[in-house]
Amino acid sequence: MKTPEQLAPYDRVKLARDAGRPGSDDYIAALIPDFFEIHGDRAFADDPAVICGIGTFGGRTVSVAATCKGRTIDERVRRNFGMAQPDGYRKFLRCLAQAVKFRRPLVTFIDTPGAYPGKSAEERGQGQAIAECLYQTSAAPVPVVTVVIGEGGSGGAIALGVADRIIMLENSVLSVLSPEGFASILWKDASRAAEAADVMKLTAADLLSFGVADTVIPEPRGGAGEAPKLMYRRVGAAVRDALAELSQLTETELLEARYRRYGSFG
Amino acid sequence: MPNPFLERKLKLDILKSLRSPAKREPRRTVTCSGCKTELEPDVFALALNVCPSCGLHMYISAAARFTNIFDGGEYSEPFPCAAPRDVLAFPGYAEKAAEQSAKSGLSDAGLAAEGKIGGTYAIAAAIDISFMMGSMGTSAGGTVTRAAESAASRGLPLVIFCAGGGARMQEGVFSLMQMIKTSAAIRRFSGGGGFYVSVITNPTTGGITASFASLADITLAEPGALFGFAGPRVIEQTIGEKLPQGFQSGEFQLDHGFVDAIVPRAEMRGTLARLLALHAGARI
Ligand SMILES: [Zn+2]
Repeated sequence: MKTPEQLAPYDRVKLARDAGRPGSDDYIAALIPDFFEIHGDRAFADDPAVICGIGTFGGRTVSVAATCKGRTIDERVRRNFGMAQPDGYRKFLRCLAQAVKFRRPLVTFIDTPGAYPGKSAEERGQGQAIAECLYQTSAAPVPVVTVVIGEGGSGGAIALGVADRIIMLENSVLSVLSPEGFASILWKDASRAAEAADVMKLTAADLLSFGVADTVIPEPRGGAGEAPKLMYRRVGAAVRDALAELSQLTETELLEARYRRYGSFG
Repeated sequence: MPNPFLERKLKLDILKSLRSPAKREPRRTVTCSGCKTELEPDVFALALNVCPSCGLHMYISAAARFTNIFDGGEYSEPFPCAAPRDVLAFPGYAEKAAEQSAKSGLSDAGLAAEGKIGGTYAIAAAIDISFMMGSMGTSAGGTVTRAAESAASRGLPLVIFCAGGGARMQEGVFSLMQMIKTSAAIRRFSGGGGFYVSVITNPTTGGITASFASLADITLAEPGALFGFAGPRVIEQTIGEKLPQGFQSGEFQLDHGFVDAIVPRAEMRGTLARLLALHAGARI
Protein backbone atom coordinates (compact mmCIF):
# COMPACT_ATOMS: atom_id res chain seq x y z
CA MET A 1 0.00 0.00 0.00
CA LYS A 2 1.25 3.47 -0.87
CA THR A 3 2.10 5.87 1.93
CA PRO A 4 0.17 9.16 1.81
CA GLU A 5 3.20 10.93 0.31
CA GLN A 6 3.30 8.45 -2.57
CA LEU A 7 -0.30 9.00 -3.61
CA ALA A 8 -0.68 10.68 -6.97
CA PRO A 9 -3.63 13.10 -7.39
CA TYR A 10 -5.55 10.47 -9.35
CA ASP A 11 -5.03 7.93 -6.55
CA ARG A 12 -6.76 10.42 -4.29
CA VAL A 13 -9.59 10.86 -6.82
CA LYS A 14 -10.11 7.09 -6.66
CA LEU A 15 -10.04 7.13 -2.87
CA ALA A 16 -12.49 10.06 -2.84
CA ARG A 17 -14.89 7.94 -4.93
CA ASP A 18 -14.34 4.69 -3.00
CA ALA A 19 -17.67 3.11 -2.06
CA GLY A 20 -16.12 1.88 1.19
CA ARG A 21 -15.74 5.44 2.40
CA PRO A 22 -18.26 6.81 4.91
CA GLY A 23 -20.95 8.84 3.16
CA SER A 24 -22.67 12.08 4.14
CA ASP A 25 -25.48 10.08 5.74
CA ASP A 26 -22.94 8.22 7.90
CA TYR A 27 -21.35 11.46 9.14
CA ILE A 28 -24.75 12.93 9.90
CA ALA A 29 -25.86 9.81 11.79
CA ALA A 30 -22.62 9.70 13.80
CA LEU A 31 -22.37 13.40 14.64
CA ILE A 32 -26.04 14.35 14.99
CA PRO A 33 -27.85 11.40 16.61
CA ASP A 34 -31.17 13.29 16.96
CA PHE A 35 -31.15 14.41 13.30
CA PHE A 36 -34.62 15.09 11.90
CA GLU A 37 -34.69 14.94 8.12
CA ILE A 38 -36.94 17.25 6.12
CA HIS A 39 -38.20 16.25 2.69
CA GLY A 40 -39.19 18.02 -0.50
CA ASP A 41 -38.82 21.41 -2.08
CA ARG A 42 -42.53 22.32 -1.70
CA ALA A 43 -42.68 22.83 -5.45
CA PHE A 44 -42.15 19.55 -7.26
CA ALA A 45 -40.41 16.64 -5.54
CA ASP A 46 -38.13 15.28 -2.87
CA ASP A 47 -34.63 14.66 -4.19
CA PRO A 48 -32.85 11.83 -2.32
CA ALA A 49 -29.46 13.06 -3.61
CA VAL A 50 -29.71 15.94 -1.14
CA ILE A 51 -30.26 15.39 2.58
CA CYS A 52 -31.51 18.30 4.69
CA GLY A 53 -32.69 18.63 8.26
CA ILE A 54 -32.06 19.82 11.78
CA GLY A 55 -30.43 18.33 14.85
CA THR A 56 -28.29 18.98 17.87
CA PHE A 57 -24.58 19.48 17.42
CA GLY A 58 -22.18 20.89 19.99
CA GLY A 59 -25.01 21.54 22.40
CA ARG A 60 -27.18 23.60 20.05
CA THR A 61 -29.56 23.14 17.17
CA VAL A 62 -28.02 23.38 13.73
CA SER A 63 -29.35 23.11 10.19
CA VAL A 64 -27.67 20.41 8.14
CA ALA A 65 -27.52 19.83 4.38
CA ALA A 66 -25.56 17.35 2.28
CA THR A 67 -25.19 15.84 -1.13
CA CYS A 68 -25.11 12.09 -0.64
CA LYS A 69 -24.13 9.25 -2.98
CA GLY A 70 -25.17 6.23 -0.92
CA ARG A 71 -22.96 3.16 -0.41
CA THR A 72 -24.86 0.07 -1.56
CA ILE A 73 -25.97 -0.29 -5.18
CA ASP A 74 -29.63 0.16 -4.20
CA GLU A 75 -28.81 3.25 -2.19
CA ARG A 76 -26.72 4.66 -5.02
CA VAL A 77 -29.53 4.20 -7.50
CA ARG A 78 -32.05 5.73 -5.09
CA ARG A 79 -29.79 8.74 -4.52
CA ASN A 80 -28.94 9.03 -8.22
CA PHE A 81 -25.23 8.60 -7.34
CA GLY A 82 -25.32 11.91 -5.51
CA MET A 83 -26.24 13.89 -8.62
CA ALA A 84 -28.85 16.37 -7.47
CA GLN A 85 -31.84 17.61 -9.42
CA PRO A 86 -33.05 21.24 -9.16
CA ASP A 87 -35.52 19.98 -6.53
CA GLY A 88 -32.59 18.96 -4.35
CA TYR A 89 -31.04 22.43 -4.56
CA ARG A 90 -34.42 23.97 -3.83
CA LYS A 91 -34.80 21.74 -0.79
CA PHE A 92 -31.44 23.11 0.33
CA LEU A 93 -32.81 26.65 -0.15
CA ARG A 94 -35.67 25.74 2.20
CA CYS A 95 -33.19 24.46 4.73
CA LEU A 96 -31.08 27.61 4.37
CA ALA A 97 -34.12 29.88 4.79
CA GLN A 98 -34.97 28.11 8.05
CA ALA A 99 -31.40 28.44 9.27
CA VAL A 100 -31.56 32.18 8.59
CA LYS A 101 -35.02 32.58 10.11
CA PHE A 102 -34.02 30.87 13.35
CA ARG A 103 -30.38 32.00 13.28
CA ARG A 104 -29.09 28.45 13.36
CA PRO A 105 -25.57 27.66 12.16
CA LEU A 106 -25.51 25.66 8.94
CA VAL A 107 -23.29 22.63 8.45
CA THR A 108 -23.00 21.07 4.99
CA PHE A 109 -21.35 17.93 3.68
CA ILE A 110 -20.29 17.61 0.05
CA ASP A 111 -19.99 14.34 -1.85
CA THR A 112 -21.17 14.47 -5.46
CA PRO A 113 -19.80 13.97 -8.96
CA GLY A 114 -21.85 17.03 -9.96
CA ALA A 115 -25.37 18.23 -10.65
CA TYR A 116 -27.48 15.80 -12.68
CA PRO A 117 -27.03 16.61 -16.38
CA GLY A 118 -30.42 15.48 -17.67
CA LYS A 119 -33.39 16.63 -19.67
CA SER A 120 -35.79 16.88 -16.73
CA ALA A 121 -33.20 18.77 -14.67
CA GLU A 122 -32.79 21.32 -17.45
CA GLU A 123 -36.54 21.72 -17.87
CA ARG A 124 -36.82 22.64 -14.20
CA GLY A 125 -33.92 25.08 -14.22
CA GLN A 126 -30.82 23.30 -12.96
CA GLY A 127 -28.67 26.39 -13.55
CA GLN A 128 -31.14 28.73 -11.90
CA ALA A 129 -31.45 26.45 -8.86
CA ILE A 130 -27.67 26.33 -8.34
CA ALA A 131 -27.31 30.09 -8.91
CA GLU A 132 -29.97 30.73 -6.27
CA CYS A 133 -28.05 28.60 -3.73
CA LEU A 134 -24.86 30.62 -4.29
CA TYR A 135 -26.78 33.89 -4.22
CA GLN A 136 -28.73 33.23 -1.03
CA THR A 137 -25.94 31.57 0.93
CA SER A 138 -23.55 34.42 0.15
CA ALA A 139 -25.75 36.73 2.23
CA ALA A 140 -27.08 34.32 4.87
CA PRO A 141 -26.27 35.90 8.27
CA VAL A 142 -25.46 32.61 10.01
CA PRO A 143 -22.16 30.73 10.30
CA VAL A 144 -21.72 28.19 7.49
CA VAL A 145 -19.24 25.34 7.75
CA THR A 146 -18.73 22.93 4.84
CA VAL A 147 -17.00 19.56 4.95
CA VAL A 148 -15.90 18.03 1.64
CA ILE A 149 -15.87 14.32 2.50
CA GLY A 150 -15.31 12.74 -0.91
CA GLU A 151 -15.89 14.04 -4.40
CA GLY A 152 -16.64 17.72 -4.96
CA GLY A 153 -17.69 18.02 -8.59
CA SER A 154 -18.21 21.45 -10.06
CA GLY A 155 -21.16 23.82 -9.62
CA GLY A 156 -23.33 21.02 -8.30
CA ALA A 157 -20.93 20.69 -5.36
CA ILE A 158 -20.33 24.35 -4.54
CA ALA A 159 -24.08 25.00 -4.50
CA LEU A 160 -23.82 23.66 -0.92
CA GLY A 161 -20.31 25.00 -0.42
CA VAL A 162 -20.52 28.77 0.02
CA ALA A 163 -19.08 28.80 3.51
CA ASP A 164 -17.07 30.65 6.14
CA ARG A 165 -14.91 27.61 6.77
CA ILE A 166 -14.21 24.78 4.34
CA ILE A 167 -12.87 21.57 5.81
CA MET A 168 -11.57 18.92 3.42
CA LEU A 169 -10.70 15.34 4.17
CA GLU A 170 -7.18 14.48 3.08
CA ASN A 171 -8.34 12.37 0.14
CA SER A 172 -11.29 14.48 -0.89
CA VAL A 173 -11.16 16.52 -4.10
CA LEU A 174 -12.85 19.63 -5.44
CA SER A 175 -12.70 20.43 -9.13
CA VAL A 176 -14.33 22.27 -11.95
CA LEU A 177 -15.14 18.96 -13.64
CA SER A 178 -14.03 15.33 -13.37
CA PRO A 179 -10.50 14.46 -14.53
CA GLU A 180 -12.13 12.19 -17.15
CA GLY A 181 -14.26 15.05 -18.45
CA PHE A 182 -11.31 17.40 -18.32
CA ALA A 183 -9.12 15.04 -20.37
CA SER A 184 -11.83 14.41 -22.93
CA ILE A 185 -12.52 18.11 -23.45
CA LEU A 186 -8.95 19.32 -23.44
CA TRP A 187 -7.22 16.38 -25.11
CA LYS A 188 -10.20 14.49 -26.61
CA ASP A 189 -9.06 11.44 -24.64
CA ALA A 190 -10.82 10.44 -21.40
CA SER A 191 -8.21 7.76 -20.70
CA ARG A 192 -5.70 10.48 -19.83
CA ALA A 193 -7.60 11.21 -16.60
CA ALA A 194 -4.60 10.54 -14.34
CA GLU A 195 -2.57 13.05 -16.31
CA ALA A 196 -5.44 15.54 -16.09
CA ALA A 197 -5.62 15.08 -12.32
CA ASP A 198 -1.94 16.03 -12.12
CA VAL A 199 -2.45 19.43 -13.73
CA MET A 200 -5.91 20.22 -12.33
CA LYS A 201 -4.73 20.91 -8.76
CA LEU A 202 -7.79 19.38 -7.19
CA THR A 203 -6.44 17.71 -4.03
CA ALA A 204 -7.16 18.92 -0.52
CA ALA A 205 -3.52 19.98 -0.17
CA ASP A 206 -3.74 22.07 -3.37
CA LEU A 207 -6.96 23.72 -2.24
CA LEU A 208 -5.49 24.47 1.18
CA SER A 209 -2.57 26.21 -0.54
CA PHE A 210 -5.00 28.32 -2.60
CA GLY A 211 -7.00 29.30 0.47
CA VAL A 212 -10.14 27.59 -0.87
CA ALA A 213 -9.94 25.08 2.00
CA ASP A 214 -9.13 26.18 5.55
CA THR A 215 -8.43 22.84 7.18
CA VAL A 216 -7.40 19.40 5.94
CA ILE A 217 -8.25 16.40 8.10
CA PRO A 218 -5.77 13.53 7.83
CA GLU A 219 -7.09 10.10 6.86
CA PRO A 220 -5.68 6.72 7.83
CA ARG A 221 -3.57 4.91 5.28
CA GLY A 222 -5.94 3.37 2.74
CA GLY A 223 -8.50 6.14 3.22
CA ALA A 224 -11.38 7.14 5.47
CA GLY A 225 -13.09 3.77 5.00
CA GLU A 226 -10.33 2.09 7.04
CA ALA A 227 -11.37 3.85 10.26
CA PRO A 228 -14.78 5.51 10.03
CA LYS A 229 -15.12 6.13 13.78
CA LEU A 230 -11.81 7.94 13.87
CA MET A 231 -12.98 10.09 10.95
CA TYR A 232 -16.30 10.94 12.65
CA ARG A 233 -14.37 12.11 15.72
CA ARG A 234 -11.95 14.19 13.67
CA VAL A 235 -14.64 15.75 11.51
CA GLY A 236 -16.81 16.45 14.56
CA ALA A 237 -13.94 18.20 16.32
CA ALA A 238 -13.06 20.28 13.25
CA VAL A 239 -16.66 21.41 12.73
CA ARG A 240 -17.00 22.23 16.45
CA ASP A 241 -13.80 24.31 16.36
CA ALA A 242 -14.90 26.16 13.24
CA LEU A 243 -18.34 26.97 14.67
CA ALA A 244 -16.79 28.13 17.95
CA GLU A 245 -14.49 30.50 16.06
CA LEU A 246 -17.29 31.84 13.88
CA SER A 247 -19.63 32.37 16.82
CA GLN A 248 -17.25 35.14 17.98
CA LEU A 249 -18.15 37.27 14.96
CA THR A 250 -21.09 39.64 14.61
CA GLU A 251 -23.40 39.07 11.64
CA THR A 252 -21.87 42.04 9.83
CA GLU A 253 -18.32 40.79 10.43
CA LEU A 254 -19.31 37.31 9.31
CA LEU A 255 -20.87 38.50 6.04
CA GLU A 256 -18.05 40.91 5.33
CA ALA A 257 -15.46 38.17 5.82
CA ARG A 258 -17.42 35.78 3.61
CA TYR A 259 -17.70 38.38 0.85
CA ARG A 260 -13.99 39.15 1.03
CA ARG A 261 -13.12 35.46 1.04
CA TYR A 262 -14.73 34.89 -2.36
CA GLY A 263 -13.69 38.28 -3.69
CA SER A 264 -10.09 37.28 -3.11
CA PHE A 265 -10.14 34.57 -5.79
CA GLY A 266 -8.85 36.54 -8.74
CA MET B 1 -34.61 59.84 -27.52
CA PRO B 2 -33.11 58.34 -30.68
CA ASN B 3 -31.17 60.87 -32.68
CA PRO B 4 -31.35 60.09 -36.44
CA PHE B 5 -28.09 61.93 -37.18
CA LEU B 6 -26.18 60.07 -34.53
CA GLU B 7 -27.73 56.81 -35.69
CA ARG B 8 -26.56 57.51 -39.21
CA LYS B 9 -23.07 58.44 -38.05
CA LEU B 10 -22.98 55.29 -36.03
CA LYS B 11 -23.88 53.11 -38.98
CA LEU B 12 -21.32 54.86 -41.16
CA ASP B 13 -18.69 54.23 -38.46
CA ILE B 14 -19.54 50.55 -38.49
CA LEU B 15 -19.26 50.48 -42.27
CA LYS B 16 -15.93 52.29 -42.16
CA SER B 17 -14.57 49.88 -39.62
CA LEU B 18 -15.42 47.03 -41.95
CA ARG B 19 -13.66 48.57 -44.94
CA SER B 20 -10.13 47.68 -44.10
CA PRO B 21 -8.01 47.58 -47.29
CA ALA B 22 -7.66 43.81 -47.10
CA LYS B 23 -11.42 43.32 -47.09
CA ARG B 24 -12.13 45.82 -49.85
CA GLU B 25 -11.23 43.53 -52.74
CA PRO B 26 -11.95 40.87 -53.55
CA ARG B 27 -15.23 41.53 -51.81
CA ARG B 28 -15.84 38.88 -49.15
CA THR B 29 -19.31 37.86 -48.18
CA VAL B 30 -20.57 36.48 -44.89
CA THR B 31 -22.38 33.15 -45.02
CA CYS B 32 -25.35 32.72 -42.68
CA SER B 33 -24.63 29.63 -40.61
CA GLY B 34 -28.37 28.87 -40.57
CA CYS B 35 -29.80 29.27 -44.08
CA LYS B 36 -26.43 29.63 -45.91
CA THR B 37 -27.47 32.90 -47.54
CA GLU B 38 -24.48 34.93 -48.74
CA LEU B 39 -24.60 38.36 -47.14
CA GLU B 40 -22.76 41.56 -48.01
CA PRO B 41 -20.61 42.49 -45.00
CA ASP B 42 -22.07 45.99 -44.72
CA VAL B 43 -25.62 44.67 -44.87
CA PHE B 44 -24.71 42.11 -42.23
CA ALA B 45 -23.18 44.76 -39.95
CA LEU B 46 -26.14 47.12 -40.38
CA ALA B 47 -28.40 44.24 -39.40
CA LEU B 48 -26.29 43.79 -36.23
CA ASN B 49 -25.07 40.39 -37.46
CA VAL B 50 -28.61 39.06 -37.78
CA CYS B 51 -29.42 37.24 -41.01
CA PRO B 52 -32.09 39.22 -42.91
CA SER B 53 -33.38 36.03 -44.56
CA CYS B 54 -33.83 33.65 -41.63
CA GLY B 55 -33.38 35.90 -38.59
CA LEU B 56 -30.51 33.89 -37.15
CA HIS B 57 -28.69 35.92 -34.49
CA MET B 58 -25.02 35.32 -35.14
CA TYR B 59 -21.96 36.29 -33.07
CA ILE B 60 -21.52 39.98 -32.37
CA SER B 61 -18.63 41.47 -30.42
CA ALA B 62 -19.07 43.00 -26.98
CA ALA B 63 -17.95 46.36 -28.40
CA ALA B 64 -20.63 46.23 -31.11
CA ARG B 65 -23.23 45.37 -28.48
CA PHE B 66 -22.25 48.40 -26.42
CA THR B 67 -22.34 50.60 -29.53
CA ASN B 68 -25.80 49.25 -30.28
CA ILE B 69 -27.34 49.90 -26.86
CA PHE B 70 -25.79 53.14 -25.63
CA ASP B 71 -27.27 56.44 -26.85
CA GLY B 72 -25.44 57.60 -29.95
CA GLY B 73 -23.15 54.61 -29.61
CA GLU B 74 -21.28 56.57 -26.95
CA TYR B 75 -19.95 54.91 -23.84
CA SER B 76 -16.86 54.81 -21.69
CA GLU B 77 -15.03 51.85 -20.20
CA PRO B 78 -14.93 52.19 -16.41
CA PHE B 79 -12.10 49.68 -16.06
CA PRO B 80 -10.04 47.64 -18.50
CA CYS B 81 -10.41 43.94 -19.07
CA ALA B 82 -7.58 42.21 -17.19
CA ALA B 83 -5.38 39.62 -18.87
CA PRO B 84 -5.90 36.00 -17.72
CA ARG B 85 -4.07 34.96 -14.58
CA ASP B 86 -2.24 31.67 -14.85
CA VAL B 87 -3.16 30.80 -11.27
CA LEU B 88 -2.45 27.07 -11.60
CA ALA B 89 0.71 27.48 -13.71
CA PHE B 90 -1.23 25.40 -16.21
CA PRO B 91 0.87 23.94 -19.06
CA GLY B 92 0.33 25.92 -22.27
CA TYR B 93 -2.21 28.38 -20.83
CA ALA B 94 -0.07 31.49 -21.22
CA GLU B 95 0.59 30.64 -24.88
CA LYS B 96 -3.06 29.82 -25.53
CA ALA B 97 -4.16 33.10 -23.95
CA ALA B 98 -1.64 35.09 -26.01
CA GLU B 99 -2.82 33.39 -29.19
CA GLN B 100 -6.48 34.06 -28.35
CA SER B 101 -5.69 37.64 -27.52
CA ALA B 102 -3.97 38.18 -30.87
CA LYS B 103 -6.89 36.56 -32.69
CA SER B 104 -9.69 38.40 -30.88
CA GLY B 105 -8.01 41.69 -30.02
CA LEU B 106 -9.23 41.25 -26.44
CA SER B 107 -7.33 40.71 -23.18
CA ASP B 108 -10.00 38.29 -21.94
CA ALA B 109 -13.71 37.63 -22.35
CA GLY B 110 -15.38 40.07 -19.94
CA LEU B 111 -15.84 43.74 -20.85
CA ALA B 112 -17.56 46.59 -19.05
CA ALA B 113 -19.02 49.88 -20.26
CA GLU B 114 -21.08 52.75 -18.94
CA GLY B 115 -23.21 55.43 -20.52
CA LYS B 116 -26.80 56.40 -21.19
CA ILE B 117 -29.40 54.01 -22.52
CA GLY B 118 -32.46 55.97 -23.62
CA GLY B 119 -31.32 58.77 -21.33
CA THR B 120 -30.83 56.60 -18.24
CA TYR B 121 -27.26 56.18 -17.04
CA ALA B 122 -26.33 52.52 -16.58
CA ILE B 123 -23.42 50.14 -16.25
CA ALA B 124 -23.17 47.25 -18.69
CA ALA B 125 -20.96 44.21 -18.95
CA ALA B 126 -20.70 41.66 -21.73
CA ILE B 127 -18.99 38.35 -22.23
CA ASP B 128 -17.35 38.17 -25.65
CA ILE B 129 -17.13 34.55 -26.82
CA SER B 130 -14.34 35.30 -29.30
CA PHE B 131 -11.89 34.91 -26.40
CA MET B 132 -11.64 31.23 -25.40
CA MET B 133 -15.34 30.71 -26.07
CA GLY B 134 -16.24 33.17 -23.32
CA SER B 135 -15.28 30.77 -20.56
CA MET B 136 -15.24 32.40 -17.13
CA GLY B 137 -11.86 32.81 -15.50
CA THR B 138 -10.73 35.24 -12.84
CA SER B 139 -10.67 38.07 -15.38
CA ALA B 140 -14.28 37.78 -16.61
CA GLY B 141 -15.50 36.96 -13.10
CA GLY B 142 -13.68 40.07 -11.92
CA THR B 143 -15.28 42.22 -14.63
CA VAL B 144 -18.79 41.12 -13.70
CA THR B 145 -18.05 41.58 -9.99
CA ARG B 146 -16.56 45.04 -10.45
CA ALA B 147 -19.45 46.09 -12.68
CA ALA B 148 -21.94 45.01 -9.99
CA GLU B 149 -19.93 46.67 -7.21
CA SER B 150 -19.56 49.88 -9.20
CA ALA B 151 -23.28 49.92 -10.00
CA ALA B 152 -24.05 49.30 -6.31
CA SER B 153 -21.85 52.08 -4.99
CA ARG B 154 -23.13 54.60 -7.55
CA GLY B 155 -26.78 53.56 -7.43
CA LEU B 156 -26.88 52.71 -11.14
CA PRO B 157 -28.81 49.98 -12.93
CA LEU B 158 -26.85 47.04 -14.31
CA VAL B 159 -27.19 45.26 -17.67
CA ILE B 160 -25.18 42.12 -18.39
CA PHE B 161 -24.98 40.42 -21.78
CA CYS B 162 -24.39 36.84 -20.73
CA ALA B 163 -22.62 34.24 -22.85
CA GLY B 164 -20.03 31.57 -22.51
CA GLY B 165 -19.47 27.89 -22.32
CA GLY B 166 -18.86 27.80 -18.60
CA ALA B 167 -15.65 27.27 -16.69
CA ARG B 168 -12.18 28.30 -17.78
CA MET B 169 -10.66 24.88 -17.30
CA GLN B 170 -7.09 26.18 -17.19
CA GLU B 171 -7.97 28.16 -14.05
CA GLY B 172 -9.51 25.14 -12.34
CA VAL B 173 -11.06 25.78 -8.96
CA PHE B 174 -10.44 29.54 -9.33
CA SER B 175 -12.89 29.44 -12.21
CA LEU B 176 -15.40 27.67 -9.96
CA MET B 177 -14.93 30.37 -7.32
CA GLN B 178 -16.00 33.00 -9.89
CA MET B 179 -19.50 31.55 -9.76
CA ILE B 180 -19.65 32.36 -6.05
CA LYS B 181 -17.83 35.67 -6.37
CA THR B 182 -20.17 37.02 -9.08
CA SER B 183 -23.31 35.68 -7.35
CA ALA B 184 -22.27 37.31 -4.08
CA ALA B 185 -21.66 40.63 -5.86
CA ILE B 186 -25.07 40.49 -7.55
CA ARG B 187 -26.63 39.61 -4.18
CA ARG B 188 -25.07 42.67 -2.54
CA PHE B 189 -26.08 44.91 -5.43
CA SER B 190 -29.63 43.56 -5.28
CA GLY B 191 -29.77 43.80 -1.48
CA GLY B 192 -29.00 47.49 -1.83
CA GLY B 193 -31.98 47.97 -4.16
CA GLY B 194 -30.07 47.67 -7.45
CA PHE B 195 -31.92 46.89 -10.68
CA TYR B 196 -30.34 44.20 -12.86
CA VAL B 197 -31.31 43.17 -16.38
CA SER B 198 -29.66 40.02 -17.70
CA VAL B 199 -29.57 39.43 -21.46
CA ILE B 200 -29.04 35.81 -22.47
CA THR B 201 -27.11 35.48 -25.71
CA ASN B 202 -25.96 32.43 -27.63
CA PRO B 203 -24.63 30.29 -26.02
CA THR B 204 -25.06 30.71 -22.24
CA THR B 205 -24.31 27.51 -20.35
CA GLY B 206 -22.54 25.94 -17.38
CA GLY B 207 -21.19 28.17 -14.66
CA ILE B 208 -22.47 31.34 -16.34
CA THR B 209 -26.04 30.01 -16.28
CA ALA B 210 -25.55 28.73 -12.73
CA SER B 211 -24.47 32.16 -11.47
CA PHE B 212 -25.02 35.75 -12.59
CA ALA B 213 -27.01 34.95 -15.76
CA SER B 214 -29.87 33.51 -13.70
CA LEU B 215 -29.98 36.14 -10.94
CA ALA B 216 -31.54 39.17 -12.61
CA ASP B 217 -34.70 41.12 -11.85
CA ILE B 218 -35.58 40.88 -15.54
CA THR B 219 -34.13 38.22 -17.85
CA LEU B 220 -34.22 38.83 -21.60
CA ALA B 221 -32.99 36.42 -24.27
CA GLU B 222 -32.03 36.89 -27.88
CA PRO B 223 -33.97 34.69 -30.31
CA GLY B 224 -32.56 31.19 -30.57
CA ALA B 225 -29.98 31.68 -27.80
CA LEU B 226 -28.96 28.43 -26.14
CA PHE B 227 -29.51 28.84 -22.38
CA GLY B 228 -28.97 25.89 -20.09
CA PHE B 229 -26.70 24.34 -17.47
CA ALA B 230 -25.49 21.06 -18.96
CA GLY B 231 -24.86 21.38 -22.68
CA PRO B 232 -26.87 19.27 -25.17
CA ARG B 233 -23.90 16.96 -25.88
CA VAL B 234 -23.37 16.17 -22.21
CA ILE B 235 -27.07 15.43 -21.75
CA GLU B 236 -27.23 13.24 -24.84
CA GLN B 237 -24.22 11.27 -23.62
CA THR B 238 -25.76 10.91 -20.16
CA ILE B 239 -29.32 9.94 -21.00
CA GLY B 240 -28.52 8.42 -24.38
CA GLU B 241 -31.38 10.04 -26.19
CA LYS B 242 -31.61 12.77 -28.77
CA LEU B 243 -32.95 16.09 -27.49
CA PRO B 244 -35.89 17.71 -29.25
CA GLN B 245 -35.35 20.64 -31.64
CA GLY B 246 -35.10 23.91 -29.75
CA PHE B 247 -34.29 22.28 -26.40
CA GLN B 248 -32.77 24.92 -24.06
CA SER B 249 -33.39 27.76 -26.53
CA GLY B 250 -34.43 31.13 -25.14
CA GLU B 251 -37.96 30.39 -26.35
CA PHE B 252 -37.91 27.02 -24.54
CA GLN B 253 -36.81 28.81 -21.38
CA LEU B 254 -39.60 31.37 -21.83
CA ASP B 255 -42.07 28.47 -21.93
CA HIS B 256 -40.47 26.89 -18.87
CA GLY B 257 -40.49 30.07 -16.84
CA PHE B 258 -36.84 31.10 -16.81
CA VAL B 259 -36.93 34.04 -19.24
CA ASP B 260 -39.19 37.11 -19.25
CA ALA B 261 -39.06 38.05 -22.93
CA ILE B 262 -37.38 37.20 -26.22
CA VAL B 263 -35.91 40.38 -27.66
CA PRO B 264 -34.46 40.56 -31.18
CA ARG B 265 -31.14 42.39 -31.34
CA ALA B 266 -32.63 45.25 -33.35
CA GLU B 267 -35.07 45.92 -30.50
CA MET B 268 -32.58 45.50 -27.68
CA ARG B 269 -31.75 49.17 -27.21
CA GLY B 270 -35.42 50.19 -27.19
CA THR B 271 -36.38 47.42 -24.76
CA LEU B 272 -33.54 48.22 -22.36
CA ALA B 273 -34.34 51.93 -22.54
CA ARG B 274 -37.97 51.20 -21.71
CA LEU B 275 -37.11 48.93 -18.77
CA LEU B 276 -34.59 51.39 -17.32
CA ALA B 277 -37.07 54.25 -17.67
CA LEU B 278 -39.81 52.20 -16.01
CA HIS B 279 -37.47 51.35 -13.17
CA ALA B 280 -36.37 54.97 -12.73
CA GLY B 281 -39.99 56.11 -12.75
CA ALA B 282 -40.82 53.84 -9.84
CA ARG B 283 -38.37 55.62 -7.56
CA ILE B 284 -39.71 58.03 -4.98
ZN1 LIG C 1 -29.97 32.96 -42.51
